[in-house]
Amino acid sequence: MTDRWVHRYIPNSAPGVREAMLKEIGVESVEDIYTEIPEGLRYSGKMNIPQHPAPEADVARRVKSLLSKNQSTEDYLSFLGAGCWPHYVPAVCDEIAGRSEFVTAYAGDSPTDLGRFQVIFEYQSMLADLLEMELVSGPVYDGSTACGDAMHMASRATGRSELLVPATASRDRMSAITNYADPWLKITQVGYHSDTGLLDLTDLRRKISDKTAAVFLENPSYLGFIEPQSAEIASIAHTSGALLIAFVNPASLGILTPPGLYGADIACAEGQPLGLHMQGGGGGLGILAASSRDRYLELMPSFVVGMSGTSAPGERSFAAETVHERLVYIARHRARSFTGSSSWLYGITAAVYMALMGPAGMRRLGEVNMQKANYAIRRLEGIKTLTVPALKSTPFNEFVVNFDKSGRSVEDVNRALFGRGILGGKDLSQELPELGQSSLYCVTEVHTKDDIDRLAREMEEVI
Amino acid sequence: MSATVSSRDKADRIRQYEAIETGYHAVRWNEPVLYEMSRQGSENQLVSEAEPELKAEVGDVLSSIPEGMRRTSLPAMPEVSEPEVMRHYLRLSQQTFGYDTGVSIGLGTCTMKYSPKVNDQLARRPELNELHPLQPESTIQGILALMYELRSWFCEIAGMDEFSFQPRGGSHGVYANACIIRAYHRSRGDFKRNEIITCSVSHPCNAGCPSAAGFKVIELHPDKVSGNIGIHQLRAAVSEHTAGLMITLPYDTGVFDSEVANYVEVVHKAGGLVALDQANFNGVMTRLRAGDVGADLMHFNLHKTFSTPHGSYGPASGAIGAKKELRRFMPVPLVKFDGQTYGWDYDLPESIGKIGSFHGVLMNPVKAYAWLMSMGYEGIRQAAEWAVINNNYLIKKLLEVRGVGIAWPNRAKLQEARFTLQQMKDETGIGSSDVDRRIPDFGLQTFFTSHEPMIISEPVTVESAESVSREDLDLFVETFRRISEEAYSNPEIVLTAPHRCAVHQIDPGPIQNVNRVIGTWRAHIKEQGGSAESLPGASGQ
Repeated sequence: MTDRWVHRYIPNSAPGVREAMLKEIGVESVEDIYTEIPEGLRYSGKMNIPQHPAPEADVARRVKSLLSKNQSTEDYLSFLGAGCWPHYVPAVCDEIAGRSEFVTAYAGDSPTDLGRFQVIFEYQSMLADLLEMELVSGPVYDGSTACGDAMHMASRATGRSELLVPATASRDRMSAITNYADPWLKITQVGYHSDTGLLDLTDLRRKISDKTAAVFLENPSYLGFIEPQSAEIASIAHTSGALLIAFVNPASLGILTPPGLYGADIACAEGQPLGLHMQGGGGGLGILAASSRDRYLELMPSFVVGMSGTSAPGERSFAAETVHERLVYIARHRARSFTGSSSWLYGITAAVYMALMGPAGMRRLGEVNMQKANYAIRRLEGIKTLTVPALKSTPFNEFVVNFDKSGRSVEDVNRALFGRGILGGKDLSQELPELGQSSLYCVTEVHTKDDIDRLAREMEEVI
Repeated sequence: MSATVSSRDKADRIRQYEAIETGYHAVRWNEPVLYEMSRQGSENQLVSEAEPELKAEVGDVLSSIPEGMRRTSLPAMPEVSEPEVMRHYLRLSQQTFGYDTGVSIGLGTCTMKYSPKVNDQLARRPELNELHPLQPESTIQGILALMYELRSWFCEIAGMDEFSFQPRGGSHGVYANACIIRAYHRSRGDFKRNEIITCSVSHPCNAGCPSAAGFKVIELHPDKVSGNIGIHQLRAAVSEHTAGLMITLPYDTGVFDSEVANYVEVVHKAGGLVALDQANFNGVMTRLRAGDVGADLMHFNLHKTFSTPHGSYGPASGAIGAKKELRRFMPVPLVKFDGQTYGWDYDLPESIGKIGSFHGVLMNPVKAYAWLMSMGYEGIRQAAEWAVINNNYLIKKLLEVRGVGIAWPNRAKLQEARFTLQQMKDETGIGSSDVDRRIPDFGLQTFFTSHEPMIISEPVTVESAESVSREDLDLFVETFRRISEEAYSNPEIVLTAPHRCAVHQIDPGPIQNVNRVIGTWRAHIKEQGGSAESLPGASGQ
């Protein structure tokens, strides 16, 4: 057919191999095997896709040329957060995340894949310390799906079917949670104090009942503030026989009380701040944890890596627990949650990040984020037509800016800032219309004092 | 006394045999757990302190944290220097057997294939990595254009009309499709359709995900002779409650159900939808289009057929495809193009909404795009042919090994194949899990036995993608042959395997018992009564 390799990725496409192998199989042509597909279904038409294999150099040129049409947060001074946050990614994270062994491994057992199991064990261990939780799952898909898993765990643990959520939660995250809830749980919003954003405990007490499986708490909240009533919320939940699910930001855990210490039974988080590039939201890592192994492991739908001994005295090994009904692989048609290939390379990266940062690093990260957000608030509150922070509560690294007094819309302001090389905060006016023309600003350790001063200066000019 | 001597003899025999026979040893670092490398008092220098003036202006922010929310003690994480962290994780990577490391034909249903390095490099570029998901559309025209073009290619390859890349894995994609089926019937006011039909030789997520979406799931079983489900069984399962059929094609046994078009017709006639799981697409690429089979929904695993790497178990992508009638139910946002500019399309009032955060794992569409461009139509057609040839060659050769049989021997396989070692087990006591532990002693990846339910006894499921050479196939078969010989002549060496890996046979007790799992270092310390001296499982062996 040809005297050249057909394709550089197909070693057997070298001359002569096909004939020899077909002969071994005992068929004349591969078409004889394709007769397994009924003739009426066998596709023989053309496809409107690139026809010929492209050399690597051409592929690289084409993809680079497409991507170069993007402008990233390296080209603009960005204050976007809202569930995906800019943080410094240490070089060692990228180095390990790029190790071909981790990149291309999949589903081997402990004799071959000991390394990836041990890293995930360390990931679970360090998160247990950060969260003060006894049980931590291996990585799940992303922060939103982790909430869905947590909700089902709570519902199964309590035998109840209602989830109470703060009305300040992000619409996108709630959309995903609502999908996961359907048709098992009813989701009910709990109101908040319009001046602070904090959960309205009177409304919570009114709505909680013997149907409530869990109260879902965000801390820091989607709108950036720290919820000081966490322990009280836990106590209200527990008094009603419900659980507390806490959704936290791992970047805050060096300075904020971990969920395990204010009574959270299940914790979940978006792990992207732990050494993962934003990648347009692609860097999502679902963190899922619980306060008790004996109570919750059976209900956890995802792989958990455990440490064990081996047939050699004194030797240690690591493997994923895979034999129980909690996993979709075993439960099949009885499953209520599911798992599958899910973000382990990101979990490996997060482990490297936590190992590099250590306790002192996590503390500094939290502190610097808070300092810079506070500084940004101080600079912006000097602008008379802005209300900053629009919610009078303590921010972590995000806060709400309200433009109502200026008579300008967020869209309008963001367009003007964009013209000056700045990506303003996320527009909340559609999502939470009761906040008026408000925008969610994110300031982290990647922003310098000069960046923040520049924002304040340009803001003053465009307002 | 004599027992001790004879076990030492046995150990010596195994050691001598091993040294002569395999000539391989995996990297073995005896790497400690990071916590054992900790030195207290570290000062982290990765994050810079805030500028002095800034600090002076904001003062002690930590004291502004509300009472009860201020962390009072540092987390008990390890404190390790950067060179030690680098070495530790580099060593753990060396103790991980990736596709690039060696022969991974054993992992059937996983489609282990070469992931081109250029694709990884391209996807690491800052124009992708440093994008925020909420940036204005005008700043992300490049990635939107790429996704739009890839979507168009996938529509051609699958015979579908629209694609979404939001699901972060295959199961996640199947779940999204189950949600779309749910939304479709509800939109018609049809609330009685609460049943999904699947089969036991489809990936477990085809049963589990519709169950998670609230459906009652009916599971059919393959015919003992044909490996098909059979139209009679399907007809008996279909009723006015049927919401849809969700199956893998070809099945995880490698059998292509030749009656599938009839099933689609019956399910459609009954008012149900059909979602095909095309995780096993590699062998039928360019030969079969889900849309032509009549599927209303389907999904591809970009981390399988389309070469985006498996990442040690994700991040993955389950790209879902839909016929145009179902576009309005797909997750938001889709990618749109008005002839001039690209954008996100949120204007789908009947959409199931979000099934995860933002837009999925964006690096995977980039890698899949690069792969498809590298292959072209000619390349993917060749790839499918080579996957089929490699698999059937492997089947032919493995069946020559003593004790090895195959399920549905009368059917040629279009993807993976499921073997059985029942004969070997009966004749030697060595079964598939024993052989599986022995394989890595020869420097090859372990194999996949089977998903549940294990309807084939002593199962072995293997699969070769196109990027595997004949020499690698022969090496795998030769290794199997040698292990079979050992099973018949020296079973002890197989029973006690592995011998030449980073670790020996794991003690399953603390792994397979949910009340004994030690999943964190703190649990280990607790188990040891607060001391890190002894190791779990080390005693009582």
